[in-house]
Amino acid sequence: MTAERMAVAFGRVLRGAGMRVPLDSVVTFVQCLDAVGITDRNRVYWAAHSALVRRPEDREAFNVAFAVFWERLSAGDDPETIGAESLTLAVDAEDGDGSGEANDDPAVTLRFSATETLRSKDFADYTTDELAEAQRLMARLRFAGSPRQSQRLSPSRTRTARVDVRRTVRSSFAHLGEPVRREWREPSEKLRRLVVLLDVSGSMEPYARAFLRFMHAAMVGRQRVEAFTLGTRLTRVTRELTHRDPDKALERASRQVADWSGGTRIGECLRNFNDRWGVRGLARGAIVVVLSDGWDRGNPEMLGEQMHRLARVAHRVVWVNPLKVTPGYAPLARGMAAALPHVDAFVEGHSLAALEHLTAVIHDDARVDARSMQSARSMQRTGS
Amino acid sequence: MQQVRDALAQAGYLADEGLATAVFLSLSLKRPLLLEGEAGVGKTELAKVLATLRGSELIRLQCYEGIDASQAVYDWDYSRQLLHLRAAEASGEAAGKDTARLESELYDERFLVRRALLRAIEPRNGAAPVLLVDEIDRADDEFEAYLLEVLSDFQITVPEIGTYRANEIPVVVLTSNRTRDLHDALKRRCLYHWVEHPGFEREVDIVRLRVPQVHERLARQVAGAVERLRSMQLYKPPGVAETIDWATALGTLGVTQLDEATVRATLGTVLKYREDHERVTDQGVAELIKHAFERSTLHG
Repeated sequence: MTAERMAVAFGRVLRGAGMRVPLDSVVTFVQCLDAVGITDRNRVYWAAHSALVRRPEDREAFNVAFAVFWERLSAGDDPETIGAESLTLAVDAEDGDGSGEANDDPAVTLRFSATETLRSKDFADYTTDELAEAQRLMARLRFAGSPRQSQRLSPSRTRTARVDVRRTVRSSFAHLGEPVRREWREPSEKLRRLVVLLDVSGSMEPYARAFLRFMHAAMVGRQRVEAFTLGTRLTRVTRELTHRDPDKALERASRQVADWSGGTRIGECLRNFNDRWGVRGLARGAIVVVLSDGWDRGNPEMLGEQMHRLARVAHRVVWVNPLKVTPGYAPLARGMAAALPHVDAFVEGHSLAALEHLTAVIHDDARVDARSMQSARSMQRTGS
Repeated sequence: MQQVRDALAQAGYLADEGLATAVFLSLSLKRPLLLEGEAGVGKTELAKVLATLRGSELIRLQCYEGIDASQAVYDWDYSRQLLHLRAAEASGEAAGKDTARLESELYDERFLVRRALLRAIEPRNGAAPVLLVDEIDRADDEFEAYLLEVLSDFQITVPEIGTYRANEIPVVVLTSNRTRDLHDALKRRCLYHWVEHPGFEREVDIVRLRVPQVHERLARQVAGAVERLRSMQLYKPPGVAETIDWATALGTLGVTQLDEATVRATLGTVLKYREDHERVTDQGVAELIKHAFERSTLHG
């Protein structure tokens, strides 16, 4: 067997297991195999790892796929047939893994039935027309972070404190080195990163899907939005949601989310988020929007602690609670009460109008701030 | 591969098989190596060691938000250009020369300020340098796109002078802390390796190699304690760098084995969050030391 055949076959196995394997990576893999040979399992493993894995999330799927592939190969199978067959094997193995992990929580649906759940439970209260209309309206909302000063300097028309030496000297050459006109620079503006954390637990069910559409509308065409879902586990859906076609994007995202309409462990998910993404840099200076009703089966202390951690690195934390609009609502959910002290703005999110208000809160910081803050504080008083 | 591993070890870097393979492949395929992993697992260190190993220069480009071509590739020394003009003027040369010639003089190589990327691919005698692009995730997308171009062709064009092309492709190491996703295009250019915390035995070896003044027993205890700390769900689990710091601190204090008072006094070298301190002291320093002792004798 040649390195080429091995590389192509294994590339197909990985694609079958859901990894992205572009052709040039396969070519790189062939080159790597030429360098290390194709007989030693460990060498082939690490060569494949260097050439084909691009993110740590993929390593688990990669390991399973490689184990299956190598086993079949050493059993003397033709690599080309492995491509098709072991694909199912690899996926099965991964699936089994997932259910094992989820065993402690019976409410968790398995990865591959998630799409079905999504289809069968379309927007409970919306008709098809309303849904389409809502989608259109959401797409029109300018859901973007507020601008902040960037470190990057750009040319300025007016006089500032910083001389643009490069342009001044450049233009002076036209006058034999006489700096006739001075040029200036000023810091440019950059939109703050927006991080959206969506609670997909059972109690959020009527809203979660509307929010997911909202998140998609927010993300299309904009770079600096990151999306995660919280449930029994944390799932990053940024990549899935960036697909332009809303239906495709939603389908992909919901396939990615294994714990759709399951239980809630917001505190734990947040810790995960803080550890792996947020505190490391993703949430630093960002506007973090949490879409959740605050019902948490986990430990409220943990939620409070993690919200505190998040609040310390984020520019602002906005909590959107669809229940807030209910008359006489007080944040009695223990999780909500624990989180509130660390929230900069507490807003409602049950309707399109409320989402419009949310965009205003996010985009135009300070003014709306005071008001929401006040209400958050009074809520807290009634709540505790 | 084993040679790469041995060579790295001789230069003071203990790599596991995966990393050694990645380095070996990056060297033989002449592809950039992208390293990701927790802070303090030795990503940057690897580039430094590679430079020592090859006896070549290490060129480090620390990325930050807003970094642009004039800070990463080249810039003109404007004040010297102006000075040159003035000098020409004062000596009356300017009058004699035509403007075009004077101008071409201004864009001479001697007024070119070479920044890291240009220095890395500039033709040179001797071994190609090691280019370390540190924390690439801090730079913005625009810069990443530019970097991709440089890493594909290994040539840079300065319009006023011409094109610089590397006569030997430099060894390129990129590191990222994953504060954001890098573009797939850049990742595809590179070989990828996720650097893990080392296992117990390898960490002991690292400590012994980097902090030779501490006794083996202490090294084993420190590695055992650190292993325990990493399992405690801390905000910032200690990296290898912290282990080395801790061992060095203990060595400086002349300690030969862990005890509660010294651990309390030196915990600041390993744990960098108040909350982590509290968690560890709440669960008991004695407990930690007990585990460390058990671990250190297990394979001894």
